[in-house]
Amino acid sequence: MGKPRTIFDKIWTRHVITERDDGDTLLYIDRLLTQENSYHAFDKLRREARTLRNPDQVFSFADHYVPTVARDQGIEGIQNPEIRHMVETIEADTKQFGITLFGLGDVRQGILHIVGPEQGITQPGLVIAGADSHTSTHGALGAFAFGVGVSDVTHVLATQSLWRRRPRTMRVAIEGKLPFGVTAKDAILAVIRKIGADGAVGHVIEYAGSTIRAMSIEGRMTVCNMSIEAGARAGLVAADEATFAYIKGRPYAPTGADWERAIAYWRTLTTDEGAAFDRDVHLDACEIAPMVTWGTSPEDVVPVTGVVPTPNQAPDPERRARMDRALAYMGLAPGTPLTQIPVDRVFIGSCTNGRIEDLRMVARLVKGRKTAVPAMIVPGSGLVKQQAEAEGLDRIFADAGFEWRDAGCSMCVAINGDMLQPGERCASTSNRNFEGRQGRGGRTHLMSPSMAAAAAVTGHLTDVRQLGEGG
Amino acid sequence: MEPFTRLTAVALPIDQANINTDQIFPARFLKKPRAQGYAAYLFHDIRFNRDGTEDPAFVLNEPRYRKARILVANSNFGCGSSREGAVYTLQDFGFRALIAPSFGDIFAANCVKNGVVPVVLPQTVAAELRHQLRMSDDPMVTVDLVQQEVAGPDGRRYEFAIEPFPKHCLLNGIDEIEFTLQHEANIAAFEQGYRADFEWLFRSRPEGGSTDS
Repeated sequence: MGKPRTIFDKIWTRHVITERDDGDTLLYIDRLLTQENSYHAFDKLRREARTLRNPDQVFSFADHYVPTVARDQGIEGIQNPEIRHMVETIEADTKQFGITLFGLGDVRQGILHIVGPEQGITQPGLVIAGADSHTSTHGALGAFAFGVGVSDVTHVLATQSLWRRRPRTMRVAIEGKLPFGVTAKDAILAVIRKIGADGAVGHVIEYAGSTIRAMSIEGRMTVCNMSIEAGARAGLVAADEATFAYIKGRPYAPTGADWERAIAYWRTLTTDEGAAFDRDVHLDACEIAPMVTWGTSPEDVVPVTGVVPTPNQAPDPERRARMDRALAYMGLAPGTPLTQIPVDRVFIGSCTNGRIEDLRMVARLVKGRKTAVPAMIVPGSGLVKQQAEAEGLDRIFADAGFEWRDAGCSMCVAINGDMLQPGERCASTSNRNFEGRQGRGGRTHLMSPSMAAAAAVTGHLTDVRQLGEGG
Repeated sequence: MEPFTRLTAVALPIDQANINTDQIFPARFLKKPRAQGYAAYLFHDIRFNRDGTEDPAFVLNEPRYRKARILVANSNFGCGSSREGAVYTLQDFGFRALIAPSFGDIFAANCVKNGVVPVVLPQTVAAELRHQLRMSDDPMVTVDLVQQEVAGPDGRRYEFAIEPFPKHCLLNGIDEIEFTLQHEANIAAFEQGYRADFEWLFRSRPEGGSTDS
């Protein structure tokens, strides 16, 4: 028996191509995921006359710029020529290089972090590099998955590898049963509140504990998705029976004898008893309440039962200055009960909360109710949309007054034309409440899908538990 | 890639922590071609008012910092999105070195790939440097990558750590892909063994179109 190892150690070790004396490792990349903004990488390949090493290990997704309306008109339906150009470019680049594209017009199209797992492209034990910081999502299936910039995308295209220095490890253990009305989104917001927006810089997080074990794969994806909002390189969860059940039968999943070999391997990818982490963090599930952000960093988060914090009670002047600025941007006064804050719009979707389970949560809450403010629901993929419609959720949403859109990143990143107007306040299930993230001057409050649904029907931030509904 | 050895230049102090890549380079400019340069988009929404005029409250708009090529920031600079445009926009404005107590990981990696040096100095040192830069009419800083040393406006020197490989690439302006391709034999050998162990990952692919799960 060797030294006890973490899942991360096991995955890392299996992917080491070579190590330099100075400690840098050339790491094999199983799968590369790209999106429209990766065009610089293909330009660079052409400019430097390089060959794409393994086109079969690259998957491209049209998600950041695709419209969420008028999809029957295809690319021609995109009015803004610059946006249209981005969608045309990913089509042309993937065609030229022989890469699989989940593009506009393909029913499987959707947000890369939703489609990858949905198609079985994401599997335990893989090293996945993605041209998007929320690539950490894929760790929910027991993969080591991380976001990279365009230079690294180009490097993977040309070499199927990346130079990396081994990151530190952090275990975030959440124990117990999440209370009524509390979801995976609230759990990860509570983690970020505890460790801060830079709390996990340089670390890979392993989420563990009975709360995580009891979560659906969709819930684990929500948790891993926001690892980057705590600064982590990646977040992951040990694959288990729930993971195998989720993957089985998906288009890219192994079958027959391959399946048996695959799960035999996947079962070895757990953290050994006694394996050491560089840092351990513990949370008690029963202490987590539905969470809402009040400021402009995901760490600016409090339970919905709370009030907007008071900067002059902050421990240091720097923190005070940051809070002052955030409150000025958000147009909020210290001491205001969160549930008294009215919202102008509601956005439900994104790679954090655009999966079928999220939409079911919303449907349970809004059934028989009416929206008080404009509210849109953007499914994470065409297949999520299809599934929701098969379950009749679209009719519940329509009856309640929601707009039911087509799949894409939409108002989470606000570059396809879906965006807030200056000063507009939005209850959002997305992952970043940065200044201007959802449109210049837009004000974002992050929360779970059921909390966003509750805000939609009341017109103000609302404790979902007051409406008698859980998550 | 342009090599970096030593630079003495005007340094811009930015006090706010957690400056994210959306602030450095707002997402709506991601679709702009690089050919015309990205300098005009740097810190766009905090640097310019909605009518396009400069916001005098933003530090980069102070005359003494306009020629800045070094930036002294607070912790977690460049957190958030992986967009490399955030580095392009700093680089196109003229920045070659960034100093902060910590950086977003992806952002720091992106810096190195573009010949921009991310220098990590302790919180107290970064705060002192920013303080001096605000007090000085001649807000100059030196970043010496060879010696791994920063000199503040008052001449005080601070050592910094940087990993050997990024240092080597930055000093020599090395194209990382070219470098890695020298390891092609290692990659090919690895791949052969890997494919034998994990055959299921390399089978033929499903057809595109209306596949349902």
